[in-house]
Amino acid sequence: MQDWESVIGLEVHVQLATRSKIFSGADAAFGAAPNTRACAVDLGMPGVLPVLNGEAVRMALTFGLAIDAEIARTCRFDRKNYFYPDLPKGYQISQFDQPIVGAGVIEMEFDGVTRRIGIRRAHLEEDAGKSLHEDYPDLTGIDLNRAGTPLLEVVSEPDLRTPAEAAAFFREMHALVRYLGICDGNLNEGSMRCDANVSVRPRGEDGLGERTEIKNLNSFRFLRQAIAHEIDRQIEVLESGGRVVRETRLYDPRSDETRPMRGKELSEDYRYFPDPDLLPVRVTPELLAEAGARVPELPRDKRRRYRDEFGLPDADTVFLTADPDVAAYFEATVATGCGAKLAANWIMDRVTASLNRTGLDIARCPVAPERLGGLIARIEEGVISGKIGATVFDVLWEEGGDVDAIIDARGLRQVSDADELGRIVHQVVADHPEQVGQYRAGREKVLGFFVGRVMRATGGKADPRQVNVLLREALRTP
Amino acid sequence: MQPFTSIADLGRGLARGDYSARELTSFHLERIAAADGLNAFIRVTEERALRAAEAADRRIARGEGGALNGIPLAHKDIFCTEGVATTCASRMLADFVPPYDATVVARLAAAGMVCLGKTNMDEFAMGSSNETSWFGPARNPWDRGRAPGGSSGGSAVAVGAGLVPCATGTDTGGSIRQPAAFCGVTGLKPTYGRVSRYGMIAFASSLDQGGAFGRSVEDVETVLGAMEGHDPLDSTSAARGPTRRNGAARTRIGLPAEYWSGLPGDMGDCLLAAAKELEGAGHALVPISLPHTDAAVPAYYVIAGAEASANLSRYDGVRFGFRAEEPKDLDDLYRRSRAAGFGTEVKRRILTGTYTLSVGYYDAYYLKAQRVRRRIQQDFLQAFDEVDAIAAPVAPGPAFELGAVDDPVAMYRQDVFTTPASLAGLPAMSLPCGFVGGLPVGLQLIGPPFEEGRLLALGRQFQQRTDWHLRHPEV
Repeated sequence: MQDWESVIGLEVHVQLATRSKIFSGADAAFGAAPNTRACAVDLGMPGVLPVLNGEAVRMALTFGLAIDAEIARTCRFDRKNYFYPDLPKGYQISQFDQPIVGAGVIEMEFDGVTRRIGIRRAHLEEDAGKSLHEDYPDLTGIDLNRAGTPLLEVVSEPDLRTPAEAAAFFREMHALVRYLGICDGNLNEGSMRCDANVSVRPRGEDGLGERTEIKNLNSFRFLRQAIAHEIDRQIEVLESGGRVVRETRLYDPRSDETRPMRGKELSEDYRYFPDPDLLPVRVTPELLAEAGARVPELPRDKRRRYRDEFGLPDADTVFLTADPDVAAYFEATVATGCGAKLAANWIMDRVTASLNRTGLDIARCPVAPERLGGLIARIEEGVISGKIGATVFDVLWEEGGDVDAIIDARGLRQVSDADELGRIVHQVVADHPEQVGQYRAGREKVLGFFVGRVMRATGGKADPRQVNVLLREALRTP
Repeated sequence: MQPFTSIADLGRGLARGDYSARELTSFHLERIAAADGLNAFIRVTEERALRAAEAADRRIARGEGGALNGIPLAHKDIFCTEGVATTCASRMLADFVPPYDATVVARLAAAGMVCLGKTNMDEFAMGSSNETSWFGPARNPWDRGRAPGGSSGGSAVAVGAGLVPCATGTDTGGSIRQPAAFCGVTGLKPTYGRVSRYGMIAFASSLDQGGAFGRSVEDVETVLGAMEGHDPLDSTSAARGPTRRNGAARTRIGLPAEYWSGLPGDMGDCLLAAAKELEGAGHALVPISLPHTDAAVPAYYVIAGAEASANLSRYDGVRFGFRAEEPKDLDDLYRRSRAAGFGTEVKRRILTGTYTLSVGYYDAYYLKAQRVRRRIQQDFLQAFDEVDAIAAPVAPGPAFELGAVDDPVAMYRQDVFTTPASLAGLPAMSLPCGFVGGLPVGLQLIGPPFEEGRLLALGRQFQQRTDWHLRHPEV
């Protein structure tokens, strides 16, 4: 059996979160009634002209600086010519051979190692409208609201090797553009869409196999599934003596398979040429400085810092940095002075579970990070146990209020008075002679039984560590 | 009220109350109606014109309004006019009513000018004779059997026949200068970027430039002053101050050998006499060479065709414009809408343009044409190291008979003297400078970028010494 290696490159279309469109003043927001957010320029009316949105340029430059990319001093726009009803001008304004962002690199953690994925280029272009086939039997509806929305198309090198790694890269991109504030990251609304170029080759070979392109993948899961399926398909084709044909394929999540999109046509001739309606873009040092000032601490830097400063394991740093809002929540929690590892655990478990259950975003979390920090501090101080902490958290979530006030009002303060706890421990031991015998005969597990009884007797308010110590002492063979 | 009166005199007449703007407008509307056979207009907007004239009269009554307030004009039907059909002389846009004004239209309206209608032209500005118009050609007022030139033929005819005092036009490869020469009027193509292209239906975006026709350099200068200037809606419009006439007592005027040799005898004599007139005014005539002139027409037709092929893709029958009935499918809609909506010459240029941009031909045609374009620009810039302006013929001959030039390439050669300045983006003007066989001849003055002021000064001086621009046909 041949051992195959897959080679994957992604093209990620990032919708830039500008207020207006890339070449017109029309509102770029998602979700209006069809064709209500398209002006004469977006409609490609005769005589109208594109005017470049400077904010889209700054966002692209911010991205370029964040991935340490080469940035040319000038770039320009080209026309990509093809006919389609949702492309009003009959050409898309894009960038062909002078993209605004050149070669760069995105660093990510995958499978316990740091991977550096090459970015070949990133260019600005306008989005097309949408063709709606489903609502109109035998007809096609055209909604041009999306026409002219700014896109940054980020093209990776074929540096990815597995479907999971490709999905991790898409996640890293997703985190990055949200950190940079250049995209809302809303996958359901198509704010990030991905095409995957996939090929396979016998492991150990340097050359690349013929590739196919899977279009329009807009979730991490579909991306992984589609690539996995396509790899299997290509291997099957090759092992049965066939040849992979270069083509564009579409993934159908319902049947979990890809199928050819445009038949076996040769690559379309887009007849690119420089758009004479737009001047070349001069990337001045001032513009670069302005864009650079917008680059915040990036996920990779945060991961490093969380590891070095807080001693967090990689799994924690990856989780906490994937979403800038989560990272901000974590940092605000730690800023109250509580322990970082405990804070990380609480955020990854209780906070995330509660958010998932209620469908809330962490930016809208009912428990403010300062409150969570206070709660964690009480646990660390031994005022309450971790388990009681969960109860306090739920009260904070449902009703709000002050951590200490909740603890006092509900009598949740841990029983740490050694005399009182000692009395309870001795009572429990005295009440269960049979189990005492078993313990003394060497069945250490019975200790758990005693702990449970003591906790029950204290209403969960005892410090389990302290209970353990006292029990061992009381059970020691007389 | 007299036709062929200068804008300045019309302004004085309005100010004195010799006539109202409404009367002035009615007078010209009547002339338009009477000269219907010239086919200069695609649409006359009488009611709108009268309303605009009345507004101008109210301004006059309040003591407001500038030099152009109440002055009638006509727009080439390539300029979008809000609420008024703008056809580009194409079946494709025969019923297209734009919801916006071109910047040129808005600025001239803001100056108080009264638009009487939309003038005839070659379809999508593609032609040198007006014969590609879906509405039939405008006719030369000096000889109705002859072409008025193109593509801005209707505007040149309207001014030449005294139907309006002035009119707008666009010039991509000679479309203002050549019809101005054929119809015996003054026409200016400004520097590329001087006048906003917003709302001017695109033919070849890197070459298209709006300009004006008038009875005299003075009138053209007045109109230019109101239409020029940076426009935030057109990224290629230049941030320059207003044009100022800047005459010098003694300038050097280059006569490029490539333009002057080989002219037919009577044309040559006529043009040379015009050049001598400038010499007589104290300027020096300097022989120069622009060696890449020959390559201009082929380079122009490659670049203009390539840009046009993309610019005209939007006419697909989907959102506006001509739409084939009962399409079988999407391809059928595209094919039949475009086949029936565009005329032969437009289709020819879309096809050649598409071809020159295609894989395998791009380098040989489009890129090579761009290299030629740079050479031509360099020719001019070098020449302007030695001379202040260039004098040349506008066209190889006077107006030809309608139907006489039926070979497309022969028609393209009509543009041999106008396309070089277009490729170089330079300001150029056509001045009436005599007659050959009873037909007007035009002298072309070409200046360095944004030196319209120099051309206007020379042109004024020429018109102070000659009366060719005052002659007009019997209409």
